[in-house]
Amino acid sequence: MPLFASEPRLSTATPVLRTTPLNALHLELGARMVPFAGYSMPVQYTAGLMAEHHHTRQAAGLFDVSHMGQLRLEGADAAAAFETLMPVDVIGLAPGKQRYGLLLTDEGTIIDDLMFVNRGDNLFVIVNGACKEGDIAHITQRIGSRCNVIPMPERALLALQGPKAVDALKRLVPGVEKLVFMTGGAFDWQGADLFITRSGYTGEDGFEISIDGERAEAFARALLDQPEVKPIGLGARNSLRLEAGLCLYGNDIDTTTTPVEAGLNWAMQKVRRTGGARAGGFPGADKVLGQLDGTVPVARKRVGLIALERVPVREHTGLQDASGRQVGEVTSGLLGPTIDKPVAMAYVAADQAAAGTRLNAIVRGKPVAMEVSPMPFVPQRYHRG
Amino acid sequence: MTVKYTQEHEWIRLEGGDAVVGITVHAQDALGDVVFVDLPEVGRRYGKGEVAGVVESVKAAADVFMPVTGEVLEVNESLRADPSLANSDPLGQGWFFKVKLADVSETNGLMDETAYNEFSKNA
Repeated sequence: MPLFASEPRLSTATPVLRTTPLNALHLELGARMVPFAGYSMPVQYTAGLMAEHHHTRQAAGLFDVSHMGQLRLEGADAAAAFETLMPVDVIGLAPGKQRYGLLLTDEGTIIDDLMFVNRGDNLFVIVNGACKEGDIAHITQRIGSRCNVIPMPERALLALQGPKAVDALKRLVPGVEKLVFMTGGAFDWQGADLFITRSGYTGEDGFEISIDGERAEAFARALLDQPEVKPIGLGARNSLRLEAGLCLYGNDIDTTTTPVEAGLNWAMQKVRRTGGARAGGFPGADKVLGQLDGTVPVARKRVGLIALERVPVREHTGLQDASGRQVGEVTSGLLGPTIDKPVAMAYVAADQAAAGTRLNAIVRGKPVAMEVSPMPFVPQRYHRG
Repeated sequence: MTVKYTQEHEWIRLEGGDAVVGITVHAQDALGDVVFVDLPEVGRRYGKGEVAGVVESVKAAADVFMPVTGEVLEVNESLRADPSLANSDPLGQGWFFKVKLADVSETNGLMDETAYNEFSKNA
C-alpha cells in the first residue's frame, strides 16, 4: 500500500518548508508533521484524527492555523476600496463585526475565501495559507493606491474550537465570553496583545486568536494547560469543517467555480445585488449578479451528499444518475466521525441538486448510492448571544 | 510460523500451504484510524501484486496488494464489521484474508522482519 499520495515525501527536491512559531511545541506533543500550504504542519497528534475530532465536538480543541495569511487594510477609503474586490457589503459592516468574503476574478470565479473584521481604524483580513501571496499581490495591485495593504507575517493564529472553548479561554482572557458569533475585539494576555474573534471552521462555538509569533508558544501552552483543551491536527480540522458544511478552498471552491454555483448566495448581501444601493461594481459582477437573479443560467451546484452504505466516497469520484448519465463530481468526502456516515460535497448538474435526489458515486468501479442532503451534516452550535 | 513482509507494507504469515495476509503496524500507523476495508472475493485467484483490497482511514485510502499468487480461501468478516481492528491488532484480529498459495517459492523474494523494519524506517 503506497503511503500516501496525499502526503508528499520530503526529498532533496522538495523546497524547504516554512515552520510556524509553534513548530517545537508540535514536535514535543508527538505531532505527525506533513507539508501543507508550504508549511510543515501537524496533521494529527498522538490521539489520532478520530479522537481529536470527537474531543473538539465535546470539549475544546486547539489548532495552529498560523500558516494562514493575516493582513490589514488601512486608510479612510479602505472599506470602499475592498468592496470593489468582493460581492460583499464591506462599507456597511459595523465596527467589531466580522464577515465572510470572497475575492473574485474578472470572470466571477473565486480567487479565495476570507474573513474580515472592521477594527474601527482598519480592516483585519484572514486569508487561506496556500493563497496568501497571490491574494496580497491581487489586493495590492487592485486597491493599493486607495489604502495601505499591510501583511502581518509576524502574527501567529490559533483557533480554539468546541463547546468548552469559552470556559478555557475566559480563564486566561476574561471578557471573551461577551463576544458573540462573528464579532471580534482586542484583548491582552500577560502583556501580549491579542485580537480575538468568536468564529471558526468546525461548526462549533469557538475563537480565533491572533497573537505575536514570539508569544504564541507560551500562550498555546497556557491554553493546553486548561483541562478542556487538547491539541488538534489538520486532519480533524478537515473532517470537522466538512461535517459543518464549510468549503475548503482548492477542493470545493476555486477559480473554476462562481459563488452561486458554490451555493454561497448567503455571503452576498442585498445591497450589492441587482436593485441594491451599491449593486455590482466588483469583478465578474455581470455573471455573478446574472446567476443570482436568474438571467444567467447556473449549470451546476454544490451540494451535500450522504452515502446510504458505509463506503467512504472521496474527492474526484464521479457521480451518475439512475440512468448512468455522468452528472457531477465529488470535491470533498470522508467518513464523518460525528455523523458516523460517509459524507461528501460535490458539484452536480442543477437538475440533480434537490435534497433527496438519489445519485450513484462510482467507487472503484462499483456504484455507491448517495442522497443529496442539506448541509451542515452536523448541527452548527455557534454562540449567537 | 514464518512471517514475511512486502514493500507495500503487507505481512503474510505462512501456515503450511496456506497463508494469512494483513497490513503492518507501520502501515496502520501511517494511515491513522481505519474506517473502511474492502476485501477480496473468496474463491477468486489473484496474481502477485494484484489489488486484492482497500483500506481507508478518515484521511486517506490505500490499496492492499496480493503478496503472492493464490486463491482467496477466506476473508475476515470481523474486520469488515469493525475496521478499527486493523489499528488495534494489525497482526492478529485485524487480518485481511487467507490465501492458498500457488507457489510457495514466491515468498522467498519477500522481506523478513529485520529487513522490513529497516525498510519501513526509510519508507
